[in-house]
Amino acid sequence: MTEANPLRHVDVRLRHIIDSRDLSVEEIDLLLRTADDILARPAEYAAACAGKKLATLFYEPSTRTRLSFEAAMLELGGSILGFSSQDSSSAAKGESVADTIRIVSGYADAIVLRHPKEGAPVVAARHARVPVINAGDGGHNHPTQTLTDLMTIHRELGNLEGLTVGLCGDLKFGRTVHSLISAMVRYPGTRFVLISPQELRAPDYVLEMIRTVPGCSYEESQRMEDAMPALDILYMTRVQKERFFNEADYVRLKDSFILDTRKLRTAKPGMIVMHPLPRVNEIDTRVDQNPHARYFEQALYGKYIRMALILALLERGGVRL
Amino acid sequence: MNIDSIHNGLVLDHIKAGRGMQIYNTLRLDDLDCTVAIIKNVKSAKMGKKDIIKIDEAIDLDLDVLGFLDQDITVNVIREGKLVCKRRLCLPRELVNVIRCKNPRCITTVEQGADQIFRLVEGDAPVYRCAYCETAYAPGK
Repeated sequence: MTEANPLRHVDVRLRHIIDSRDLSVEEIDLLLRTADDILARPAEYAAACAGKKLATLFYEPSTRTRLSFEAAMLELGGSILGFSSQDSSSAAKGESVADTIRIVSGYADAIVLRHPKEGAPVVAARHARVPVINAGDGGHNHPTQTLTDLMTIHRELGNLEGLTVGLCGDLKFGRTVHSLISAMVRYPGTRFVLISPQELRAPDYVLEMIRTVPGCSYEESQRMEDAMPALDILYMTRVQKERFFNEADYVRLKDSFILDTRKLRTAKPGMIVMHPLPRVNEIDTRVDQNPHARYFEQALYGKYIRMALILALLERGGVRL
Repeated sequence: MNIDSIHNGLVLDHIKAGRGMQIYNTLRLDDLDCTVAIIKNVKSAKMGKKDIIKIDEAIDLDLDVLGFLDQDITVNVIREGKLVCKRRLCLPRELVNVIRCKNPRCITTVEQGADQIFRLVEGDAPVYRCAYCETAYAPGK
């Protein structure tokens, strides 16, 4: 498919991955090609990170992201250490992120951090002596989910330019949406259709990001059906209970935007439905068998693009100070 | 009313009327031992009314903070009783520990020792955003 280990010939200097904008389009392209190669020839990479350790520090629950990072490191022949909740770390005793990161920098070759507070990975990066990867900071950024999304689009649609991307659900607190928009505005001709209830509209700084890029545009809609025929991608998101300050708002809005097979009837033949998962009820389970559905493939692609990222960080950027 | 002229020091001129005390507090001029005069509601041909602050010592003033507070302030540097230069202000690219992030979900609300850092985002309307969570600084909110 591609030449052996595409990273070998290019000087990618990956450092900390806090925001999807920390990677240039060229670096993302390189990661996608590496992930393609890992998919095609997994045995070639089985010992690529032998002797290296990845710390997964999860201050907030996660299934897919943590396990895919851990599976990715294990499949590269490396080892993993870390914790999967705030209660099982010294954070429960009041230790700061900065102190935890200083300590873990001495134990691992790279750190994966998920934290409920926005900007925690910036604090981590300021104190780390090894690369830090943001695995989600509150409602803010989730760059490796974005890489997963880009990988899915790359594999399923064959290109990343000139696409009409519908984003549906919680666009206010949905960090995956914010990260995906910040990445996709860099591909010429991207058109966004933002489908959400008024209360969960994308924040102004996200809209400003689209407005300031020539060639990119957005429109807002409150009905999925109206937007469907134009879309190349429908990206569904969950309305997350933990992002609300009060339960009444959550209950009122959670079922607002549910995708079912009837709504998909007007979709283009090649349109793909994506979702960062976990799904609650925003996609009817009967959609799972629909030819448009790609969200389970998307989760699988996440492991391969994370393998490519770990490889890049440890090969090129993992210099201990 | 007479205020003595200063020999070596600074005169902050063209402060919007009524904001002199805020500038005084933000620049922590109360920490100084030298003579500091806040003159309020001075008649001005250009502004109608203005405030002036006179500092009778050649201190190292944080012009970034002052530029953030009010770009229209003029800083007059006085040496040996003479005006030696007028400094114009501009918006600083970065503010450290000048303003606080108001986002309750920002890491700076819980992380001990984290500097409050805001960066200028250029655009039609320049805005400062938290370096951690990107929340825009909204004065007065």
